[in-house]
Amino acid sequence: MPTFVYMTRCDGCGHCVDICPSDIMHIDKTYRRAYNIEPNMCWECYSCVKACPQNAIDVRGYADFAPLGHSVRVQRDEEKGTIAWKIKFRNGTEKNFLSPITTKPWGQAIPKLANVPAPSKEMRDSQLLYNEPKYIRMDEGGLHTLESNGLKMKKGVYY
Amino acid sequence: MFTHNPFAELSASVPIAVMQIYVAVMAFLVVAGTLFDVWHKRSAQYFFQNMRDAKTRAKRTVGGGEKIGIAVQTAVVDVAASGEFCNQKRRMSHLLGMYGFIIYVVTTALMVFCYPAAATPAPAAVVTLWYIGALMICLGGYWFWFFIRVDVAAEGQPPIRLMRADLFIISLVLSATFGLIWAWLQGAGVAVWTNVFLALYLIATTVLFAGIPWSKFSHMFFKPAAAFEKRVSKANGSAQNLPTLTRDDPEQQKRHSMELLQNAPMNMGLGIKREAPRHY
Repeated sequence: MPTFVYMTRCDGCGHCVDICPSDIMHIDKTYRRAYNIEPNMCWECYSCVKACPQNAIDVRGYADFAPLGHSVRVQRDEEKGTIAWKIKFRNGTEKNFLSPITTKPWGQAIPKLANVPAPSKEMRDSQLLYNEPKYIRMDEGGLHTLESNGLKMKKGVYY
Repeated sequence: MFTHNPFAELSASVPIAVMQIYVAVMAFLVVAGTLFDVWHKRSAQYFFQNMRDAKTRAKRTVGGGEKIGIAVQTAVVDVAASGEFCNQKRRMSHLLGMYGFIIYVVTTALMVFCYPAAATPAPAAVVTLWYIGALMICLGGYWFWFFIRVDVAAEGQPPIRLMRADLFIISLVLSATFGLIWAWLQGAGVAVWTNVFLALYLIATTVLFAGIPWSKFSHMFFKPAAAFEKRVSKANGSAQNLPTLTRDDPEQQKRHSMELLQNAPMNMGLGIKREAPRHY
């Protein structure tokens, strides 16, 4: 289901308009608050929901998996570098998640591609893309596994 | 110019009682207009219903002392410093307009009720503050109107396009602008134009106070209440259903997904907010 805006919380800053990949978040001409101009075209990517500094945008879940009474809300905390989700089920069950969205301060780890040396002939002839990790490759030397590439299993996740 | 009291000179041609009744009527219109707005839009009903809902979802009870602390925080951060704005330019223009309006209204009331006649001259500071207040309104208001307003800055609408939503800001800046021009013309002794601008000043001021049910004038009463409720809902854990987990919490720092941020600074700086939202 598409996004909608809590009009009393929106202050018309324009971050949702800026970030919407479908260009369907716009500013209402009369009230100067954001609104979804074309709900049919909204693919619920949550970009605007996460970008809104006032948490004024919400998404109604589809009735089959998120019936009335549920809530899925998100808070993207740029300063702390985390994103938090709170999922409330209709029966009162609540799930909370907190995950990193960056590991380095914003804007300080942008690769300087201009300084990267030009690819050698061997690299140009290779099937790998720039910076593509070796273990993604499936074309030669048998099947690469996560262990064979030095990754360790920790709590169900390979690092 | 900044020490010339226009109301004292006006009292020579308009009875003092008329001036005072006009100001009293405007004050009455603020109260009546706000109450009508509350009743008509049912905002109070929605507000208290929201408060009750938040109380039902609360995870802990917020005590009286804590509520006083939250009220002080709301008054200092959200009201006095316009802390809810995320756009700093908009925040500054709001602060200019807000403090300008307060100074303008208080000094107008002082000059009309305490020093209305030339025989009882107002202290120079009061008169100067009236001018400063009006200039602050003009500065903050025109800055907002021509440059910061989102439909001008972001949607490319022409700045002179008027909508009903503009009633408050337009009548406010016009009241201050016409007031300043009227005071200046009166001091310069240009009789005809003085009367023209006095009429324009009165029209703009009357629209400002009489148009409350149709304008956003009463946001100055609603917004602090909403900001207080928002802080209370955060304190009682309901937080408008928003997540309450943060990285500050030592328990959260132990989660395996947070391992990646173990050595990262607690302040990562600004991400998408490093640039103004003007990429569309």
